[in-house]
Amino acid sequence: MKPLLLSHFTATSCIGRGLDQTLDALRLGRSGLAPCAFETVALDTFVGEVAGVDEVQLPPHLAAFNCRNNRLALLALMQDDFAEAVRAAAAKYGHQRIGVFIGTSTSGILETELAYRRRDPVSGALPDDFHYRTQHNTFSVADFTRHYFGLTGPAVVVSSACSSSAKVFSSARRMMAAGLIDAALVGGVDTLCLTTLYGFNSLGLTATAACRPYDAARDGISIGEAGAFALLEHAPAQLSDDAILLLGVGESSDAYHMSSPHPEGLGARIAMQAALSMAGLTPRDIDYINLHGTATTSNDAAEGKAVAALFGAATPCSSTKGATGHTLGAAGGLEAVICALALQHGLLPAGLNTRQLDPAIQLDYLLANRTQAIARVMSNSFGFGGTNCSLIFGRAN
Amino acid sequence: MNTTILTAYIDGIGLLGPGLSGWPGSLAILAGHQPHLGLATVLPSPALLPPAERRRSGAIVKLTLATGLEAVAAAGLDPAMLPCVYTSSSGDGQNCHEICQTLASSDRHISPTRFHNSVHNAAAGYWSIATGAMTPISVLCAYDASFGAGLLETMTQVQVDNVTTLLIACDTTYPEPLHHARPIPDNFGIAMVLAPAAGAHSLARISVSLSSDDAHTLDDEALEQLRLGIPAARGLPLLCALAQGRNGRIVLDYFEHLRIAVDITLC
Repeated sequence: MKPLLLSHFTATSCIGRGLDQTLDALRLGRSGLAPCAFETVALDTFVGEVAGVDEVQLPPHLAAFNCRNNRLALLALMQDDFAEAVRAAAAKYGHQRIGVFIGTSTSGILETELAYRRRDPVSGALPDDFHYRTQHNTFSVADFTRHYFGLTGPAVVVSSACSSSAKVFSSARRMMAAGLIDAALVGGVDTLCLTTLYGFNSLGLTATAACRPYDAARDGISIGEAGAFALLEHAPAQLSDDAILLLGVGESSDAYHMSSPHPEGLGARIAMQAALSMAGLTPRDIDYINLHGTATTSNDAAEGKAVAALFGAATPCSSTKGATGHTLGAAGGLEAVICALALQHGLLPAGLNTRQLDPAIQLDYLLANRTQAIARVMSNSFGFGGTNCSLIFGRAN
Repeated sequence: MNTTILTAYIDGIGLLGPGLSGWPGSLAILAGHQPHLGLATVLPSPALLPPAERRRSGAIVKLTLATGLEAVAAAGLDPAMLPCVYTSSSGDGQNCHEICQTLASSDRHISPTRFHNSVHNAAAGYWSIATGAMTPISVLCAYDASFGAGLLETMTQVQVDNVTTLLIACDTTYPEPLHHARPIPDNFGIAMVLAPAAGAHSLARISVSLSSDDAHTLDDEALEQLRLGIPAARGLPLLCALAQGRNGRIVLDYFEHLRIAVDITLC
């Protein structure tokens, strides 16, 4: 593929609002996970909750979009002058020439969960202040973003569980290459809700303490929430050395099971190989892998096998979910931004909380930060339904 | 307005909706030769799924498999080899209702199956399990613009990656109280195999571009109600034109000020 420039990017998660706080947390090895005190949830688990989301006010004309997911979207868009960058791009290219591609798994379902507690006792009707289109529907966050910036071009939500906001890069790449748009606002936003907390708990997949990816005694995920965005543009001839480029995207399906990965990581391996092929790279060209690394027994075992089969044991890698939690539909976008920071600052972030690496997985898994100049990184995102996506990012020089 | 034009060949169609059971069986209705009877959508059991998955599959899975397999069979292709674009406004409405009801009750324990069926890509996951397709699937939602979003995504795959791609657009109904908030009248699905070059099974060449023209409406009042009431049925004007054997231009609904023009040349 022709590399695409991430001309601006930002992320907000439980480790920080915006790039500076996120980078600081990664440098200090600070996790944002804490015992779950979300809403009325009574589960013995840790979560990565973003502070202050409920204080965010949506503009009055977009009040119908008010839900936790869109509040976090706006909070994230406000960081790092990202909103100004989108407005400048709209002025440069035209409001119809910027596509919106956002990943989410649960959208504003929390509002529906709460509305179901307030059903009319006689008729069973949902309360009048429940807005299906702008709160519940999966498209809500892209629709909100589109209206917030007055963008009038193609827009879509990609919702393939935990690969959602990695796969947005793929949809954006194709639409830019086809010439329908000149730039793309891509990202991922997912927020805490009862469906995912009680749902993952029902599968026995939530850890009781902060998640420990790739640990021999890992016992599940810590659910997090995040908003992450990037502006994709065609790369100009002249770029600063630390400009970040999207070099390749690889996708596959497991065709195996709805909630368990292929045990040998076959789908994951196909996605990673496809990303390398699209980028015209070999495994040796990759300096760091940001693993999907959810800390479930089966994910890390399957991903570990797939990475080892393709890369051997020499490529430094880690999962940053010990810091951020698993932000589900926002994970691909959040970890793309973490990869961009890693490239710009020569920081290979350690995997947090992991005490004893699983001896059955032969990888160079980082238990301490490593500082070295790096040129190209891979980010993995895999999800329920057996959906896999690997992204490759690189520095311009 | 954007002048980019994307071109593909329609090699197979799948269709299931109220009074519409399969593409060949619906041709006379869509062509206006037979009245459209508002019978409820009949969903076949997904024979391709293993028994455990078959038991767990709701309307959205049955709809996805039936329409997708019909289109692929018409194109004479192996479904395991095709990348797929899956678009739905709603996902599994019944499953969503059951989860919200449980979470609002005093016992919030939801079943693992309910939970993994709640993801928007559940039907796409069942599709890949049933067909053995390890190919990529893009899973999309754009509310009422979901059909248009899926068509554009498929056209860009065909054109940019030069690969034959399956589009599946499906919507299912919600039970009350969500039905009142989102009154989708019945289950409805359209699938299409779109190819970069003409082949033995090609029905028509389509050239797709963005447009500000008004979306075409349908003369048949019942079909028009389907088009307006179900996002996946926004593709019906294209199917009606094909059924009528009409070359020419139709305009499909997409967003409020942005539509999708489709120039049809029959093969």
